[in-house]
Amino acid sequence: MQPRQLATKKPFEAVVQEQGATVLRVCRAVLGVHDADDAWSDTFLAALQSYPALPAGANVQAWLVTIAHRKCIDHLRAGNLRALPTDNPPEHPSQLGIPGEGHPELLDAVAHLPPKQRQAVAYHYIAGMPYKDIAVLLGVTPEAARRAGADGVKALRAALAASPVLAHSSTKGDSK
Amino acid sequence: MTLDPSPDLAEVTHLLQPLSGEMEPVLASLHARLARDAQLLHTLDVAYRVVDSPVGKLLLAATDRGIVRVAFERENHTDILQILANTISPRILEAPARLEDAARQLDEYFSGTRKEFDLVLDFRLSRGFRLNVLQHLPRIAYGETESYADVARAAGSPNAVRAVGSACATNPIPVIVPCHRVVKSDGSFGGYLGGAEAKRALLTLEAA
Repeated sequence: MQPRQLATKKPFEAVVQEQGATVLRVCRAVLGVHDADDAWSDTFLAALQSYPALPAGANVQAWLVTIAHRKCIDHLRAGNLRALPTDNPPEHPSQLGIPGEGHPELLDAVAHLPPKQRQAVAYHYIAGMPYKDIAVLLGVTPEAARRAGADGVKALRAALAASPVLAHSSTKGDSK
Repeated sequence: MTLDPSPDLAEVTHLLQPLSGEMEPVLASLHARLARDAQLLHTLDVAYRVVDSPVGKLLLAATDRGIVRVAFERENHTDILQILANTISPRILEAPARLEDAARQLDEYFSGTRKEFDLVLDFRLSRGFRLNVLQHLPRIAYGETESYADVARAAGSPNAVRAVGSACATNPIPVIVPCHRVVKSDGSFGGYLGGAEAKRALLTLEAA
């Protein structure tokens, strides 16, 4: 990175382009596919609002994940975990198809993890956040955060190994 | 720290792959929703869009006060957006709605059906004598030209011919603020931010 860039901040559009996909994956892992869209919107709207106050040179992804974490908690508290089996139809007909279609096992498995495990897996493995930072977000010790992440992955692996679909076609149907 | 039994990143990434389904269309609609919401909540300081034109792709940018910047492709749109982030605000999004009018009027202009622009302009990027010059330019009628010396006189500083040149060269809102209608006293075109070809194209269009 050039020293000059440290003093300036990118246009927010560049932040959306660079981080939008990661934040969406994080929200999907924590909340399930359907509420993820709302959490993404809440996250980026709040981020846009406070962007001028973010110090230049700050870790933008960690900042966004922190905001997404809070927004997802709002949704979890509202009891909106729609990734769990539900009779309610999806709210957004604009969504072309159901993300993860063909892999309901994974989404199911994620949805059945305790929230802290879901969060730890999302922040560590999708956003690349160190466990010491995740610990701060979750209000637990770094060891507990690490354990939550490891337990989450173990549970996912076990759930998927038990699923004949994924176990035998683990590369088929993956988009990119 | 003891040896870490934490799972391999590649394996977990693969496990979580289904979460990446349908990203592109969902992100596109989320982006549009963000632009809409930001506009409603007045947290969008600079909206922009890129339009096609006979003089290449034009970047149009607007604050809540009006059109603040028009940039030619050769100016490098990424650089221009970074400059806007530095000088106005980094709260910038591609948000076509705010530029709807400008895009339509430019279309009409380039197709020859519009002789003057009826748009609210934000001149915050210009000050002093340069601002005087820019505010004079829309008075040069479509199809007409003035020399740098004429403009200097009109802007109240007959000797400031070179300053008129630099005011035109740094016009943040070219095409809409018609600095292309300022030419050299000998009738030759003089320089242009969008390149000599673009200036020729605009004057030819207006002469038709």
